[in-house]
Amino acid sequence: MSEETGHEREARAYEAVHEAADFQELKRRYKNFVVPWTVAFMVWYLAYVACNNWARDFMSHQVVGHINVALIFGLLQFVSTFAIAFVYGRFANRKLDPLASGLNAKYKRERRR
Amino acid sequence: MTTLLIPLADAEPGNQALTISLFTAVVAVTLYITWWASRQNKTTADYYAGGRSFSGAQNGLAVAGDYMSAASFLGISGQIALYGYDGFLYSIGFLVAWLVALLLVAELLRNSGRFTMADQLAFRMKQRPVRTAAASSTIVVSIFYLLAQMVGAGSLVGLLLGVKSEGLKAGVIVLVGALMIIYVTIGGMKGTTWVQIVKAVLLMTGTLLITFLVLLKFDFNPSKLLGAAAANSGKGEAFLQPGLLYGKDLTGQIDFLSLGLALVLGTAGLPHILIRFYTVPDSRSARRSVQWAIGLIGSFYLMTLALGFGAAALLDTGKDSAVAGSKGNTASVLLAEMVGGGPDSLGGAILLALIAAVAFATILAVVAGLTLTSASSFAHDLYVNVLRSEDSAKGKVTEKNEIRVARFAAIGIGAVAIGLAIPAQKLNIAFLVALAFAVAASANLPALLFNLFWRRFNTSGAVWSIYGGLTSAVVLVIFSPVVSGKPTSMITGADFAWFPLSNPGIVSIPLGFLLGVVGTYLGRDKTSTARYNELSVRALTGAGAEGPAKH
Repeated sequence: MSEETGHEREARAYEAVHEAADFQELKRRYKNFVVPWTVAFMVWYLAYVACNNWARDFMSHQVVGHINVALIFGLLQFVSTFAIAFVYGRFANRKLDPLASGLNAKYKRERRR
Repeated sequence: MTTLLIPLADAEPGNQALTISLFTAVVAVTLYITWWASRQNKTTADYYAGGRSFSGAQNGLAVAGDYMSAASFLGISGQIALYGYDGFLYSIGFLVAWLVALLLVAELLRNSGRFTMADQLAFRMKQRPVRTAAASSTIVVSIFYLLAQMVGAGSLVGLLLGVKSEGLKAGVIVLVGALMIIYVTIGGMKGTTWVQIVKAVLLMTGTLLITFLVLLKFDFNPSKLLGAAAANSGKGEAFLQPGLLYGKDLTGQIDFLSLGLALVLGTAGLPHILIRFYTVPDSRSARRSVQWAIGLIGSFYLMTLALGFGAAALLDTGKDSAVAGSKGNTASVLLAEMVGGGPDSLGGAILLALIAAVAFATILAVVAGLTLTSASSFAHDLYVNVLRSEDSAKGKVTEKNEIRVARFAAIGIGAVAIGLAIPAQKLNIAFLVALAFAVAASANLPALLFNLFWRRFNTSGAVWSIYGGLTSAVVLVIFSPVVSGKPTSMITGADFAWFPLSNPGIVSIPLGFLLGVVGTYLGRDKTSTARYNELSVRALTGAGAEGPAKH
């Protein structure tokens, strides 16, 4: 019996957090960041794959010495991956974590009530 | 244990002794770690998730150690040595893929799951059907990957030690299998994680050293290195341009696109990677883990460029060369010998032995991670929550009992892997790694993403997408040229291939997503939707998430 009420209390606490304005804001911030960035890096990566298949003259163009466009394009995939990982980390630390920990505390309070 | 490796015929005795003593050192260190970790395994959270007490940096190293298989260490640099620029393409998909894990999966999974991939789905779905489905795809993906690694281990260690006899290669497979069973049964997640951390440090250090020595030979001028590689390869500038390996005709080009999709979408659905996110205390450390992993894996792949082009520039890679004979796998090792001072020098012998030992450690860490993943899923998903879930007469399964089942499962899975890997030695099964990525992207990723981001998603949607993605990827590969119809196929002398591509991703990934949608609209369970709010609160805020174990 006591376990049953425990579950109910948890469900009520989750519902309370879900209704909170902060949670809707957290969700909005998260989605507004990850959706455009995911689309961007997928398009960027698939463009690279497609150029390897269908733009070989462009890719074979030499830029400096023996270094050609293909190699630079490939290395830029590394640069963009490192950069997005860094930018996301900073964004999450600053814009997501404070809201999340506040809501986490709210959940704990609600569950005790 | 070293007795298996001693009777060697044709290699020089000095090098042999050095290599074997380094191999023995790797084995001794990892066994010590396992013994040490075993004393701290008390609860299921210890056994499956290392007590959730690893830091972001530690787990990042372990993730990198789990991900960078011998195939990527020796394989990618070997492919670059033989095919130039095209050999580099695999690593880019492997790296970019981590952004999917970072942005969409790692933190949310950490907050909403416990021990396995299935936990996260079972949060709001009917336990038995989704756990059975998720456990099936977990075990299939892990066994494919494991088989590829173990067969690779047999030929690799054989190559590194100069062993030619089939019996001794089988002995190596048995040895690797026995070690991985010991790590997993005794050390659990804590032992396995430390083995992976040690391996990642060894691999990064070894690769950095060889990279430095290669670049030193070319005055740290990349263009000079590339020019020498192009000239020595005999292929000229074409060696630095796309087209030597992939996309020779339209089918090949679509095949390459298909491979690219599976690589970039597969990583975030690989069960042995997913369960690594449970070993940290919170979502913030899960994020740090992936950032560390991206930094380490990215730097490593950049170094394989120097290794691969260095091998092309400094070694003989012609048709009858040792490098070409091993399909590129010996390129890094022979390169180490060369930059150390050449075949007859002490420096060369030391570096060769060192890199061979690093490769051996690499194999051990990856196979241990895979065995643990399948054993966890068997014990936690199938045994506890499916087979015994309604067995109330016998009472609930105790934690102690669950760990015992996981240990037996690890022994069983290890034995099956050894049993399959020995006869598979003569087959060309390198495609199994790409297939594991395709299944992960087609079966696991759609279910994970729909579960997190689509309220309407339900049990039948999950079951449809997992079985649909799994079956379509496997069936398409069975009827593709990698299994039959070509001289390079796994089965020669038969032709039942009707699917033209070697990589099923371009068909099976959209199909996995589509079936998830179809299944959802055909299903009728209401609870999945009702608990979506709970899941999204928990995933985004960490409210009610599993905390670190307290000892």
